[in-house]
Amino acid sequence: MESMASAAIFYGVAAVVLGSALYVVVGRNLVHSAFALVAAFFGVAVFYVYLGADFLAGAQVLIYVGGILTLLLFGVMLTNRIYNLNLRSGAIQVVPGALSAGLVFALLVWIIQSVDWGAMDAGDPGPTSESIGRLLMGDYLLPFEIASVLLLIALMGAAMLVRRRGSGSS
Amino acid sequence: MIPLEHYLYISAALFSLGVFGVLTRRNAVNVLMSIELIFNSANINLVAFSRFVEGALGGQVFALLVIVIAACEAAVALAIVMSLYRVMKNVNLDEAAELKG
Repeated sequence: MESMASAAIFYGVAAVVLGSALYVVVGRNLVHSAFALVAAFFGVAVFYVYLGADFLAGAQVLIYVGGILTLLLFGVMLTNRIYNLNLRSGAIQVVPGALSAGLVFALLVWIIQSVDWGAMDAGDPGPTSESIGRLLMGDYLLPFEIASVLLLIALMGAAMLVRRRGSGSS
Repeated sequence: MIPLEHYLYISAALFSLGVFGVLTRRNAVNVLMSIELIFNSANINLVAFSRFVEGALGGQVFALLVIVIAACEAAVALAIVMSLYRVMKNVNLDEAAELKG
């Protein structure tokens, strides 16, 4: 009974994620698309909870919803004249795009069905933050350091790019 | 218990929707949103494989790194979009064709 309820919640969340993702890619209003993206990100965080990835679910909500989405909303607001309510996003080459996306989906479904994944549920790993921290500082130290340097470079590059030419003192 | 394949199907659908958005949207910020959908679908796959096939936490570490790189990408891409807006006064990708030969 409990697993029935949990499965029902899972597929409900999946429907919400796919529905809001569909709205993001076909909706006419940019701000509505951004808020549909919030729903999709929260839904993916729920998937992480189902998979026992508690730390990742928290990071998803904090970084995606709190950071990236705020950034995207700033992008929407700053690149449109919002006082004439012209927040429309048209679509181009819809038929080839739909065809390619459909082909990609068919290919992925075919792969998923034809491969024997050898899946066996390893069970709920319990609290993961300590193990992830140890892995980041141990086995995965090099990717971690590269990611930190990349973050620094991206920060400086973004600040460089949006600076107004000529107004800086240097 | 949800089987592995269902996570993979959801992630494949999310990926295809993201591809569709990248190919068809005119507005650059909307294309960025579609790219974030693709990142998320890849992350679902990484975490699902980490639990069902690997049985350890390596996949989750990589998912974390993907989130970090998505943040970098969003920051730099939005900076480029701002520069584009300053030059063209809009961010429609089909009109930004100055480099077309």
